Amino acid sequence: MRQPIGRSENWQCGVRTTTPSMPPLTSTGLEVDMSSPLMYGTPSSRVEGTPRSGVGGTPARQRPDLGSIRKAPQVDLHSEPPSADGAVASEQALGQKLVIWGTDVNVGTCKEKFQRFLQRFIDPASNEDENAGLDLNEPLYMQKLEEISVVGEPVLNVNCSHVQSFDADLYRQLISYPQEVIPTFDMAVNELFFERFPDSILEHQIQVRPYNALKTRNMRSLNPEDIDQMITISGMVIRTSQLIPEMQEAFFQCQVCAFFTRVEVDRGRIAEPAVCRNCNTIHSLALIHNRSAFSDKQMIKVQESPDDMPAGQTPHTTIVYAHNDLVDKVQPGDRINITGIYRAVPMRENPRQSNVKSVYKTHIDVIHFRKTDEKRLHGLDEDSDQKLFTEERVQILKELASKPDVYDRLSSALAPSIYEHEDIKKGILLQLFGGTRKDFSQTGRGNFRAEVNILLCGDPGTSKSQLLQYVFNLVPRGQYTSGKGSSAVGLTAYVMKDPETKQLVLQTGALVLSDNGICCIDEFDKMSDSTRSVLHEVMEQQTLSIAKAGIICQLNARTSVLAAANPVESQWNPKKTTIENIQLPHTLLSRFDLIFLMLDPQDEAYDRRLAHHLVALYYQSEEQIEEEFLDMAVLKDYIAYARTYINPRLNEEASQALIEAYVDMRKIGSGRGMVSAYPRQLESLIRLAEAHAKVRFSDKVETIDVEEAKRLHREALKQSATDPRTGFVDISILTTGMSATARKRKEEVARALKKMIQSKGKTPAMKYQQLFDDLRGQSEAAITKDMFEEALRALADEDYLTVTGKTVRLL
Amino acid sequence: MPSSHDWINKPLGVVEAMFAQSNSNPEWEAKVLEYFKGQLKEKESHSWVPSLNDVPLHYLKPNSLVKFRCLVQDMFDPEFYMGVYETVDPSTKANVLRCGKYKDVTECGVDLNSRNTVTAERQTFYCVPIPGESPWAKESYGCSSQARVVPSTSYVPSRQKRSYEEDDDMDTQPQKQREPHTEPHGNGDSKRQETEAPSSQTTAPSDCSSHLDLNFPLPGERGPACLVKVYEGLDSFKLNDTLEIYGILSVNPVLTVLGEEKDPSLLLLNPTESMETPEEQRAHDPPASLVPRLHMLYARPLQHNNPLLPSAPTEDQSAFVSSFLVEMASVRAELLAYLTHVLLGDGLAAEYLLLHLISNVYTRRDVLPLGKFTLNLSGCPLNSYTERLYQIVQQLVPCSYRLSMSLHTMNSMRLVPKKDYVANRLVSGALQLARNTSLFLDETQLEQGQLDSSGVRNITALGNLISWQKVDYDFSYHQMEFPCNINVLVTSEGRSLLPSDCQVPLQPQVTPPNMEEYLTTIHMAQFTSQINKFRVYLSLARTLDYSISDEVTKAVEDDFVDMRKDDPQSVTAEDLHRMLVVARLLSLSLGQTTLSRDGWMRAKHIDMLRRSRTEQQKSLNGNEP
Repeated sequence: MRQPIGRSENWQCGVRTTTPSMPPLTSTGLEVDMSSPLMYGTPSSRVEGTPRSGVGGTPARQRPDLGSIRKAPQVDLHSEPPSADGAVASEQALGQKLVIWGTDVNVGTCKEKFQRFLQRFIDPASNEDENAGLDLNEPLYMQKLEEISVVGEPVLNVNCSHVQSFDADLYRQLISYPQEVIPTFDMAVNELFFERFPDSILEHQIQVRPYNALKTRNMRSLNPEDIDQMITISGMVIRTSQLIPEMQEAFFQCQVCAFFTRVEVDRGRIAEPAVCRNCNTIHSLALIHNRSAFSDKQMIKVQESPDDMPAGQTPHTTIVYAHNDLVDKVQPGDRINITGIYRAVPMRENPRQSNVKSVYKTHIDVIHFRKTDEKRLHGLDEDSDQKLFTEERVQILKELASKPDVYDRLSSALAPSIYEHEDIKKGILLQLFGGTRKDFSQTGRGNFRAEVNILLCGDPGTSKSQLLQYVFNLVPRGQYTSGKGSSAVGLTAYVMKDPETKQLVLQTGALVLSDNGICCIDEFDKMSDSTRSVLHEVMEQQTLSIAKAGIICQLNARTSVLAAANPVESQWNPKKTTIENIQLPHTLLSRFDLIFLMLDPQDEAYDRRLAHHLVALYYQSEEQIEEEFLDMAVLKDYIAYARTYINPRLNEEASQALIEAYVDMRKIGSGRGMVSAYPRQLESLIRLAEAHAKVRFSDKVETIDVEEAKRLHREALKQSATDPRTGFVDISILTTGMSATARKRKEEVARALKKMIQSKGKTPAMKYQQLFDDLRGQSEAAITKDMFEEALRALADEDYLTVTGKTVRLL
Repeated sequence: MPSSHDWINKPLGVVEAMFAQSNSNPEWEAKVLEYFKGQLKEKESHSWVPSLNDVPLHYLKPNSLVKFRCLVQDMFDPEFYMGVYETVDPSTKANVLRCGKYKDVTECGVDLNSRNTVTAERQTFYCVPIPGESPWAKESYGCSSQARVVPSTSYVPSRQKRSYEEDDDMDTQPQKQREPHTEPHGNGDSKRQETEAPSSQTTAPSDCSSHLDLNFPLPGERGPACLVKVYEGLDSFKLNDTLEIYGILSVNPVLTVLGEEKDPSLLLLNPTESMETPEEQRAHDPPASLVPRLHMLYARPLQHNNPLLPSAPTEDQSAFVSSFLVEMASVRAELLAYLTHVLLGDGLAAEYLLLHLISNVYTRRDVLPLGKFTLNLSGCPLNSYTERLYQIVQQLVPCSYRLSMSLHTMNSMRLVPKKDYVANRLVSGALQLARNTSLFLDETQLEQGQLDSSGVRNITALGNLISWQKVDYDFSYHQMEFPCNINVLVTSEGRSLLPSDCQVPLQPQVTPPNMEEYLTTIHMAQFTSQINKFRVYLSLARTLDYSISDEVTKAVEDDFVDMRKDDPQSVTAEDLHRMLVVARLLSLSLGQTTLSRDGWMRAKHIDMLRRSRTEQQKSLNGNEP
């Protein structure tokens, strides 16, 4: 049954001494007060005659999330469950010992405890984003109440772990009897609030929304014991229903005398009054729809998130009901944490049938949603999915980190089935850790990229794909795509019309999905140019701008790119430069921090080790392998821990070392008239050094980190930016697409051609083939057709001649 | 048969008796399982249990014990049910506790508010017969069953659609069965007729299955699908496991009625009911007459589904293996000769085909599956040769499927299973196959034309399957990777467009004028006993253990270094990978469980032969990469 809205004292705590047989209490004030917990609450909250702004003045709002008000009389702790009248009697007699029927919750104590919690709880170590801007050394929730009085949004979110650390018993009660305890909390907080801010006006009374109940974290572990308890689970929304108006209170009016009565809907049923109590006419009452009270309700289907599922099974789904203002808070595809009450309802009995299905339907009445990925679209904070590490785990990881050879250990644990390529594995390891995120947006420089991008190129069949697959399986937010099969749209985002709502929805592609993760792109060379062009922005600015179908936005795509490319001629040609071999635009190549060649080294010792490795792979037992290498799970945790908790900064020496390294790199080239390093390379070095410091779990970047970064960077350069003609490392191969010597040669050919044409005297037009042959005859070095054409083009650029078809005209 | 077989006919009686004795001591549940396990352990006793695979549903008694050989196609959400409930006995008017386990429906008058109600949890698996099971395996399973099938009296054969003769057949059949001791067990013929009955029976409902998709992975499959209620050991089951399930059959029509009934006025007030879309209801509560429910008492994971091999890993199996090992080499020689004939006299290709047929992913190193051996037979003659070849392979292996890779099928067929969120079920695809299924990809059917996006996805899925032995199921918001273990054989004209571990160009030695006739003669020339030997051989060779001694390891290493010394381009790490697999399979095919020096040399030798052949092919075709 329901009281008319506005009579605050009647509904607040959900404890009733009434039984279904009792008539609705609409006019008998005395009984109401008896059952009200306010009777033994603090006297300050007396109700009569309070102005609009008090507890009494502010309308209470129904909480369908807690279920219909149950028949939950308060009973003496040690007596048998009595009839309703008996309960009333014993209440008066025993005062403090009263508990709500079926529980061990005493309303008065519970309220007191919660108020104490609100007034005293301080969490100096809090790093939740909800608490941003609050003074951590002051009582946390009092500040939140203040916020409510200012903002006027009457919802108080309470972290259950706070409650637990403050009062374990209260926490236990909250988890076990949420339906009874939360209304008590509501009452407590409202009293406190209106005591402190008597003048504030709220839309309705404050509702407490607990979250982060530690009881259950995984949908799979829900079991019958959790029924009617408060739980928190994580999952992904897969479907939301339309809004369902659910009748809370039916309004009946007598057709004869116009007397009206209200009946509360109890578990989907309305007990229609047969007799009008005013005029005693039978069957004269009619339901008046537009005066009945409805609440919003939405059915949401949630699926287990793929991360916490055992391999080889399908994900479970759960039905969740959202009520009132929680309706439409989530969309399909969102990853959320849900706190709510787990319910099981027997399949409705059918009067026409004697047998019923012996199955219950289960659902969760949601109290609180928390999106785990909401920060993707805005904000720049750290990973929100706080992975929990147990003490022992952290200990193991720290122990591992303290070992001097941790770097080598980890890199050898990476993809053990792939032989050698130590430096490449080290590079990928550093990529997995990433640099430190820096924010210079205040000074107008925007974010600095912290992610390391790596390109692997090399002969087919050198297990590049396997390495990519491994990385993809290792990181939680990895995406794997093949250049051949992906379009620009598939990588970035596309706009789709939702078939149900007819709304335009932004669907995100691989790059956005791997925000904070790694995007593995295989067959990078096979990607179409338009697709590749979207990578320019992602790989440097780490954002993705979208302007299509009326949606203009910028998404974060802070993803590391690990790409693999095959040489154009299927076999790597050592006589050509990297650019020539893979035919990728240098603008893109320069965005990779490290470019590795995966080639077959051809020497005997290597072959022997390789053979040994492979044979071992085929016959060693699992245990032996595990002894030799670090567990993949440990590696995963190690990386996750370092990424979340370690943010190294450069120290003085390290900065000096970096400066020196950069100057050295510039120097190498300057002697030969080339530029061998650009600021981008310096940034790469910094990132790599930071990543290496993360590997050591160190908060400072030290000289050894810089040394390793330098070494790795040099190795990668040696492999990929060596000019095949001279044997020198030449960074311009990667930055401009052409080595300095090649450019010089091009100029020489063009000059020779010009000279030759000039020597011929005044001939306005020449045959193309003729000119080519002449030039070949004249030059000592072999001149290919490509070179000749390039020279012609160069001269055309100088406006010296034009080429039309097969003739060359002088201008 | 003696009346002691109540545990087969009335298993619920056994369960209830145990429940009554227990006085709500929870140990009774374990006791029940123990009891049935014990009964089934007894010699041959499991063959008395009728099988859903062979016996049409309407012949089976409701609430009797049946078995079902199946693949777990989908796992539904766990459900809570009344494990124990209280009801009023109509005669004595006293409250009685009843057990709700292994039942779908409670008896009348459940007291929902009783304190004695115990809520328990169970899960439903959607199971289908093993996809692509060869006819000979089905038949052989059917013959070995000694179940006495008594048709339920309520069964009236439908007369409208059948011809007179058939009708006659249907009527007399049950009568024959009803007579005690007509020696029906060994009588293959009468069995055959009976096993044919279900097929004609099940096609009828499958015609109207347009509204009820039974969700078989492969098109054209038949047989009952089943909703299996699982009570214990939920975590030990995985998707795509093949199981032999013993359980209590439940076909209560109430199940259907409850699902169908819809009263709009009730829906308005109780939205709990409206939550399920009609599609979901159809998928999760199909009529029990089409999709029976099976309450699992005992499940045995099947290592293989070859009826000729002892199924349980017991002593008789090891005895069986050791007795067969003696024969191994001779059977291998015969099989090789047979395959050589089939492959038009090409001995090398036959050798490779044999190795392919016993290959098996025996372990995985991080992402790398070890032991897979995908064979690409190129240069296959056109015109139905591949089809005949498949038929012969089908005769040899217990599970197989031929995927004709025509443009149309590639563009239209669903290979990868996809989650349908509306119906809340996993819609199956052709790549949802049991372990060790032979997948025969017929690329000779491919013609020029354009693949659309689903075609490209299908080709990618096949490529992933071959390279990594995994299938990425489509869960629309994300993909989920399911490892698999499928033997893929690709037949093509030129080199296949799919990756493969090993390509063998076919070099026919004979060119029979009439291919059909040639192959049919070869096939007919084999005795059934001979073929059965081949079947046992192929299944058995796969299960043998294998190791490499340190000494041989050393030799292999030396060999590899030597080979590289001569010509580093010719031998790569990939080649070593392949040769190690070939050596392993070669040893196993001879019944040897360790690699010998000879074995390695042989592997090297045949790999060299094969390579020289591909080289030849290359120079012949010139432009092939």
